Amino acid sequence: MIDIFRYLLLIFLVLCAISVGFTKNLLTSIVIFMSYSLVMSVIWVLLESPDLAITEAAVGAGVTSLLFFITLKKIHAIEQSIAEERERGEGSHETKK
Amino acid sequence: MKPRSDYEGSHADKFYRWLHGEYDPFVGKLELREEQPENPPATDGQSINREAMLRMVDDWAHNREIRAFRVLYKIASVFMCIAMMVVLLITVANLPPFGAATNPAHNEVMVRYLEKGIDETGAVNAVTGMILNYRAFDTFGETCVLFIASCCVMILLMAEEGHSSDGRLETRFEPKDDPILYRIALFLGPIVFLFGIYIILNGHLSPGGGFSGGAMIGAGLILFCNALGLEQTRRFFNEHIYKVVKVGSLVLYGITMSYYFFTGGNGLQNIIPLGTPGHLISSGMILPINIFVGLEVACTMYSFFSLFRQGSL
Repeated sequence: MIDIFRYLLLIFLVLCAISVGFTKNLLTSIVIFMSYSLVMSVIWVLLESPDLAITEAAVGAGVTSLLFFITLKKIHAIEQSIAEERERGEGSHETKK
Repeated sequence: MKPRSDYEGSHADKFYRWLHGEYDPFVGKLELREEQPENPPATDGQSINREAMLRMVDDWAHNREIRAFRVLYKIASVFMCIAMMVVLLITVANLPPFGAATNPAHNEVMVRYLEKGIDETGAVNAVTGMILNYRAFDTFGETCVLFIASCCVMILLMAEEGHSSDGRLETRFEPKDDPILYRIALFLGPIVFLFGIYIILNGHLSPGGGFSGGAMIGAGLILFCNALGLEQTRRFFNEHIYKVVKVGSLVLYGITMSYYFFTGGNGLQNIIPLGTPGHLISSGMILPINIFVGLEVACTMYSFFSLFRQGSL
């Protein structure tokens, strides 16, 4: 049972690692990167090194992704998509009038 | 008792004022070079160069040299990629199997750590005993790296004083009265802080230690700052406290380690007792060093976030 779980985790890890590079949307790719770190921390627990698991969960999934998010906000990569959606919404509203 | 005028201008007074941010040792001391306006470039020479350059490049699609170079470039890049892959894969294939008894990692050092680790370091958690006692010098180097990294981020991203006071940058990232985030942060923040402190203090008993606990406290500070805004966070963590905690923890770490190296290298008896293994206050210098590393890491994490966010602490 634990072997199946381990293989599932490893497959998911490889899929995450590949799809980070192939995702067009930067926000999505950071979320996938976060999930990669979370799966990696579970694998650390299975490899009997809980110290590394705690650090991986705190640094890899937490702080690194936060810094990425802030960088995206600084270079207007997040606001741009939000603004585009808003413009689309306003445009449809105006056409209704 | 020295008169007041003697104290003013002394090194202690300068250090005190520098600590409070009133005195900058470089203001007025350095010779500033005035910016000289660049000579306007000669337009004629530039246009001639540009035309000549265009003439050289305009048939870039049919230029034989450039085409040959492109083909060579592609072949060379593919060849280098394959060569690198082959070298790395051969290396991985020749690695000893994971966990085999004949691996080079299984030498007398590991036996020594596992058999005498508890007696010599007093730490139940063998990993912490290793990185903070046997290899404390390496960990000191890592802490210095963190210190230097956050100093460099400060140099690069710290906004000028006039820039941050107009509030243009800071309001962009302030929370916009999100009730869900606010309630969750009020509920979750103390738990995160408490868990981080628990992990730091129990670093020699259970998994964890200064680095992971400090990262957790830093993440808690980031959550707090995101949910309640910069004003609330500055009430208990501002630039002054940041400087004092950051420099102080590194210096105290250095002093503790120097004391241990001095007594250990000269065969002297150190006065910090090892205590009973398994108790909270035990294992000599590991507990204080864990706390110092935790403070350093928490400050670094929060300062990275804060400097990336609004360019000030």
